[in-house]
This record gives sequence, structure tokens and C-alpha cells, in this order.
Amino acid sequence: MNLSEEAERLQGLLKSRRHERRRHDTWLTVQIARNKDRPRSSEYIAALIDDFEELKGDRLRADDRAVIGGLGWFDGRAVVVVGQQKGRTFDEQTRHNFGMAKPEGYRKAQRLFALAERHRLAVLTFVDTPGAYPGVAAEEGGQARAIAETMLAMARLSVPVVATLIGEGGSGGALALAVADRVLMQENAVYSVISPEGCAAILWRDAEFAPQAAEALRPTASQLLPLGIIDRVIEEPRGGAHLNPEAAARRVHDAIEEALTDLEQMAPRERRLLRRERFRKLGVWGGEGLLP
Amino acid sequence: MTVTVEIARRGSAPRERRWVCRKCASEHDPAVVKANLSVCPACGYHQRIGARERISQLADEGSFVEYWGHLRTLDPLEFVDLEPYPERVREAQGASRLTEAIVAGTATIAGTPAVLAVIDFGFMGGSMGSVVGEKLWRAAATAADEDRPLVAVASSGGARMQEGALSLMQMAKTTCAVDVVNEARVPFVAVLADPCTGGVVASFVSLADICVAEPGALLYFSGPRVIAQTTREALPADFGTAERNLLLGHLDAVVPRAELKGKVANYLRLLKGGGQHDGPERYGSSRSRGGRTRRLARYASSRVAAAFKNPGSEPLGGSGAAAGPAEEPPA
Repeated sequence: MNLSEEAERLQGLLKSRRHERRRHDTWLTVQIARNKDRPRSSEYIAALIDDFEELKGDRLRADDRAVIGGLGWFDGRAVVVVGQQKGRTFDEQTRHNFGMAKPEGYRKAQRLFALAERHRLAVLTFVDTPGAYPGVAAEEGGQARAIAETMLAMARLSVPVVATLIGEGGSGGALALAVADRVLMQENAVYSVISPEGCAAILWRDAEFAPQAAEALRPTASQLLPLGIIDRVIEEPRGGAHLNPEAAARRVHDAIEEALTDLEQMAPRERRLLRRERFRKLGVWGGEGLLP
Repeated sequence: MTVTVEIARRGSAPRERRWVCRKCASEHDPAVVKANLSVCPACGYHQRIGARERISQLADEGSFVEYWGHLRTLDPLEFVDLEPYPERVREAQGASRLTEAIVAGTATIAGTPAVLAVIDFGFMGGSMGSVVGEKLWRAAATAADEDRPLVAVASSGGARMQEGALSLMQMAKTTCAVDVVNEARVPFVAVLADPCTGGVVASFVSLADICVAEPGALLYFSGPRVIAQTTREALPADFGTAERNLLLGHLDAVVPRAELKGKVANYLRLLKGGGQHDGPERYGSSRSRGGRTRRLARYASSRVAAAFKNPGSEPLGGSGAAAGPAEEPPA
């Protein structure tokens, strides 16, 4: 009798320890993903893309510096690259608006995707944003529609599309650049429907509970892989990509290379249909029974 | 804060309770308000309504057949905040008498067959998780397969936090569903009801052929609080309202509830009305020709199901000449 009580107590303790451990690990990952020394999109572009030619502007009204894009060579293939850019120094961060894109940024991405489709170029995206910019002008300039249309534009591409999450994958603002055939994610990146702080403020009614919210949201690569949300975890050098950017870039390169090689075997129409199928399957629900 | 009271059951207790308008504070008989489509008779304030009431307002009487009601919410992340997710779902189910935040099925709207999907704000803020996304996918796929227009009415706070990134993925999933509907050239009309925000307005809703909103509805991706916290900007007094969105060019119309059914039916008839004059070359594609001809025949006879099951009809898609992505640059 006493023994079983003791066993129960120990099991409870173990469970709460595991919780604490997971909370600690998840929060640590969030911190690494946000580390300002972490390599940015521009650095992966510099490391992986030869002869990069930046192309600016959305052809409507502005050039959003939170999104950089252009043409270049990836392992001998001409590609279109689009990435969210955070910057590192305060000046850079301000110039790039901390990686928070406005509608013009998403429209720039759309016109670059159209360029890729027209000229049969593969598309590579790098996702690193706290989220779409929440400002009055952005809202009234059609932020919601800009995000939706960017997703639809990606869904409709027939060329290979590979998205790589390299830091913060903040909500719809991140997903807008990640409707891809293959979604790759670095080991210490995070991808979530809402920031831990935002989630804590709503559900716990206190942003101080961000570590708890982070744990509950399960935003890390290893947690998202079994759900099919990402296709591959890209390992990082010990301690995080910022401690050895060259090694991190090599691994990102290899993962993108492999994905592209795979996708190049498919017919254009097949790629598009399989991409749609990839996203159709996402979600977990019950009650299915044997119904079609 | 004023309280709105809804009558729970017809013909039970005497209706001595009054309905109080949240906007003008005038008092009315609940039955009168209900008969007025839950719009304040004095000031025209559109009270939020649930999915069932919305369906009874839009669908022709007795025409609505619910589908996919068997899909059940699971808790893949074992999400616990102040209370576990399954408990929140149970509470929402008890309070709303719905199984999930969406009710979908087929109906006719002023005689026009349609697939109708309604997101109910009363169920966990109308938030979109896996079940909402899956039902929307099935609604869209059914619309495309059966050549019935898709009508979505959304009143939602956005993605459901308790399903984490899976909820985020529903934005991409429902966007892909719009692609399916577009490819089949099936009309898609979205009605944005108060409030329509976050991941729902930033995905399938905004991609509809026609987007209309109810008067006074609040529509935005990021809300006033988030904007104030992040940018400290001063917000216009009418920020995010349907009327302001109309001025800014984000909506086709702001439609009072009393006119909604007629408008939607009109949109569907108009969008389905093309093609009578299609010469074989006019739209230049076998997919379009075959689809149009069959569609018109079916439309005229109103025997949608029977015609679709006709074994003589060729499969959709054909040579793929029209739907091939190379000919159809991303919008």
C-alpha cells in the first residue's frame, strides 16, 4: 500500500520534472531563434547564392526592406530567392523593420514568384519574422489580403518551391512565404501560430507566462516534424547557428540541394498538385470512422 | 456592459425579458428582434448571430443538409493553459450546442444551389483549428466536384491557439481549397460578419470572388490592442469597420442583413450566368467548354445531383490544357 503510493508520488514528480525540462528547453530554443547574432537571410543568401542580383520593389508603391529578394545561382541552377530580413545592429533592424513585412513586402514576394513562374526558375524562401507588421497603414493597405494572396500565389506555382525557416516563424506573416513543396527548418528555429508572449497575454492573461505558453504551443522543429508541418529538421552546430555560421550554412545548403534535386524529378503539374495535397493533409481530427 | 438576451426555446416561458441593444440601449421584445434578423429595430445595430440562425436566414426553408458533422476535435498538442483544451471544447459545445466552430452543408439560397459554410463566433471565438479547416476543405472540394457555388460566412477571431502551428497550417490549407474552387471555376462568395480577424481574414475569406461585410463588422488582421502595443500609433475612431474597409477598397459592398440573402443569391446567379454565349473557341479550352455545357444543363434542370452522377459525362480536367499552371500565372 505504502509502496504503491510512493511509486505514484515519484511518477508524479518525474512527470512534473519532464514538464519543467521541456519548458526550459522550449524557452531556450525561442531565445536562440531570436538571438540577434543568428545568421540572417542576407547571410544565407551570401553563403549559398552565387552572383545574387537583388530586385527591389513591389511595382505598385514601395520597396519593403523587411523582405529581400532577387535572382542568383544555387548550385548551378538559376533561382529566385525571397527572404525576410531582420538586421542585426539597431540601424539595420530599423531599416528592415525587424523583419516585419508590410503589404508591399508581400506584394514584392508575389511579383517575384510570378517572375519565377514565367521563367521556370525554382523558388527558395528564407523565413525569419516575428510576424507581419501590425500598423495602421499596413492594415489599411490590405495586410490580410496581401498575406492570403501571397499564400495563393505560392500554392499556384508549378516550379519547385523550398522554404527554410531560419529563425522566428511568426504566424501568418511567416506562413505567407512558406507554402512550399518542402518546408525545412533549422533545429533552433521556431514556428508558431502566435508569439509565446501574445498567447500568454490572451490565455494566461499575463505575458509573464510566455515560457509556459511556448511550451504549450510546441513551436520547435523536433515537435513540428511528426505533425507533418515541416519536412526536415536541419541540424545546427553545437550551441546554435550563430556560433558557426559557415557550418550552419553548409547544412542548410545540403538540405535545400537535396530537396531541389528531388523536386526536379517531378512534372510541373504534379508539383503543384502534390503541394496542395501536402497542405490538405495538415491537421488532426477524429470521428472519421470509415467515411470517405 | 449591457446584456443581450436570446430566447432559448420557442413557446416555453412567457417572454417578459427584454432585449437591450448594445449600441443604442433601446429595449425591445426579443421576438421582435429575432423576427428582424437580430438587428436592432431602433438603430440598425447588427447583433452577432450563431451559425444555426445564420443558416436559417440564408438558406431556403428546409433546404439545408448538414455535412461533416461527425468530425471531432482532438487535442494533438495536449494543450493546457489555465484549463485543458478538451475542457474548453466541451464548455463551448455545451454553451453553443455545436460540435465545432463551423457548420457546413448544402442548401439552396433563393433557389440557387450552394455549399454553405458558417463559422460561429460563439464557439471559442470562431477560431479555426483542424476541424474548421478540414470542413472548409471538404466544403470547397464538394463545391468544385458538384459545381455548386461556395458561400462562406465568417465571424472569427482567427486561428485557434490551442492547436498551435496546426491551426496556422489551416490558413494554408483553406487557401489551397480556394485554389481548388478557382480551378473548377465555381463561384465563391464570402460574407464577413462581426468580427472577422486574424488568420481567417488573412486566408480563404479574403480570396473569395466577392467579399461583402455586414454593417459595423470589425475586420482586421492585427487588432487595435496589438497595434497600440507595437507601434503606439493613434488609431482612427472607425478603424477596421466594414464601412471604412469599403472606402479603402477592401470590400465589394456592405450589405445589411435584411438584404444579404437576396444579394448573395444574385451574386451566385450572375457568376454562374456566364458561358451561355461561349462559342467553342471563345474561352479556348476543352475544360471550360465541357464544364460550362454540363454546368448549364444541370443548372437549367436544377437536378444537380442526378446530372453529376450521369455516367456519360466525361471526367473533369480533360487534357489539362486550361488548368495547366504554365498557362495560368499566379494571381
